[in-house]
Amino acid sequence: MTPRIRFENVWMTYGDQVVLERLNLTVAPGEFCTIVGASGCGKTTLLRLLLGEETPSRGRILLDGEPLPAEPGPDRGIVFQRYSVFPHLSVLGNVLLGLELRAAPVTGRLFGGARRNARDEAVAMLEAVGLGQSLGKYPTQLSGGMQQRLALAQSLVMHPRILLLDEPFGALDPGIRRDMHELVLRLWRENNLTVFMVTHDIREGFYLGTRLLVFDKLRYDPDAPQAYGAGITYDLPIGQADPGTLAEVLAGGKR
Amino acid sequence: MKRLINQRPGPVSTAALALLPFVVLALVYLLASDARLAENPNDKLLPSFTTLAESFVRLTSVPSQRTGEILLWQDTGASLRRLAQGVGISAAIGLILGVALGAIPLIRSGFAPFVAVLSLIPPMAVLPVLFIVFGLGEVSKVVLIIVGITPFIVRDLQQRVQELPRELIIKAQTLGANSWQIVLRVILPQVVPRLIDAVRLSLGTAWLFLISAEAIAATEGLGYRIFLVRRYLAMDVILPYVVWITILAYLTDFLLKQISRRAFPWYHNGEPGR
Ligand SMILES: Nc1ncnc2c1ncn2[C@@H]1O[C@H](COP(=O)(O)OP(=O)(O)OP(=O)(O)O)[C@@H](O)[C@H]1O
Ligand SMILES: [Mg+2]
Repeated sequence: MTPRIRFENVWMTYGDQVVLERLNLTVAPGEFCTIVGASGCGKTTLLRLLLGEETPSRGRILLDGEPLPAEPGPDRGIVFQRYSVFPHLSVLGNVLLGLELRAAPVTGRLFGGARRNARDEAVAMLEAVGLGQSLGKYPTQLSGGMQQRLALAQSLVMHPRILLLDEPFGALDPGIRRDMHELVLRLWRENNLTVFMVTHDIREGFYLGTRLLVFDKLRYDPDAPQAYGAGITYDLPIGQADPGTLAEVLAGGKR
Repeated sequence: MKRLINQRPGPVSTAALALLPFVVLALVYLLASDARLAENPNDKLLPSFTTLAESFVRLTSVPSQRTGEILLWQDTGASLRRLAQGVGISAAIGLILGVALGAIPLIRSGFAPFVAVLSLIPPMAVLPVLFIVFGLGEVSKVVLIIVGITPFIVRDLQQRVQELPRELIIKAQTLGANSWQIVLRVILPQVVPRLIDAVRLSLGTAWLFLISAEAIAATEGLGYRIFLVRRYLAMDVILPYVVWITILAYLTDFLLKQISRRAFPWYHNGEPGR
């Protein structure tokens, strides 16, 4: 089976600062990778590489066996910690946007029957994340948790192959966080997603993922801390979330 | 006692505090005017409030013997038309260039330094050129306003576009947007309220250039009238005109603010006092 994502000896440097080095990683479709590591070790950089926002300084990244496109595209959705939703669009407008952009390259808008169909799809997605009652609100009128659920709905309505989450729940309080965990797990199962999720909370990482990637420096020079980059120090298969899926993924990975 | 920075006036004292400087100004004027008129009843420099009021009524109701039109309305119409044309065209150029420069690195590299240099040209210094090229008619006055405020609007808008969170531009790309769609659906709608802000900020400058151009060459207009009657020391005309221009400037600004609030509620959600 072709891996969904494959890093082949990827290095990422900014000037003389090495951020990531000798990164080799194979991720099968349907895996839920949680990523933890010290602040500044390059977790966001890894997601930006996957987005295509940055290109590796060395090595290459394959998506379904093909070189990863060098710019963001609809096959890779993302939820940032902040600024993931468009402040000038209503809740419905935010989710409708992707559908409109796909269908109307010039006007970026849909009208009539096409719009009604897209609207139904968007509303169904919003109901799935529990925002069916807030269609007309603007993001500034939503709580932090609601904004992140909106960002999820907005990404998932495009049916991406890969979902990237950069500390999406970092700013939420514990109760809402738990709700969001259930939501993400459900959406992951229902949408056949491959997920990369950065988190600062290692318990969250253990609970959610099928695989936990720990990033840290592999070697360290006290005189030149920027000389060496981080790599994967632990790559742990885990499965508290869903043992069945984990077994499948593991079996698929060995085939 | 709370700290000074934490003391807030109630609604009544807010209104009173706002009125206070106006009342003080009127009182100072009244005293100075009375003092001068007591010395010389024919003094023209600080006419009494009664003279000013009479003059204002005359300006707004008695048709001119020469043209048969009421001068103040005629002048207001001419000036506002020039201002609207100048500011409207500047806003349109500002929006198009500002978004192009802010959103597209290739255009930015090519033109941003050019715009920066252009914006340093003192507009009044090129007014003679405008008169030579466009003649003494309406066009040169409108163009002076455009030359005067467009560089500011362009650069301000470019800045606003570049200030949009990078995340939003990335997010749009993950929703499949092409460059045109990003401009149309993500950047433009977010910078139009900021364009209104920029226009509000540049209105004062626009009036400055309008009145300067009218003072130098015109046959009607608020600035023309003020500079015409200056020869006769007609403070009873000049002062009502100045107050009238101030009121017009205030109303324009107020109107733009209201339009922005109506049309872009999401932009004003976080504003204090709402
Ligand atoms: N555009 C850039 N130019 C130069 N250096 C950069 C750039 N982006 C990131 N870096 C550097 O790369 C390193 C890794 O940054 P990154 O944002 O990936 O860390 P992170 O693991 O996401 O940290 P955090 O947990 O705090 O979010 C940092 O030392 C940062 O200074
Ligand atoms: Mg980060």
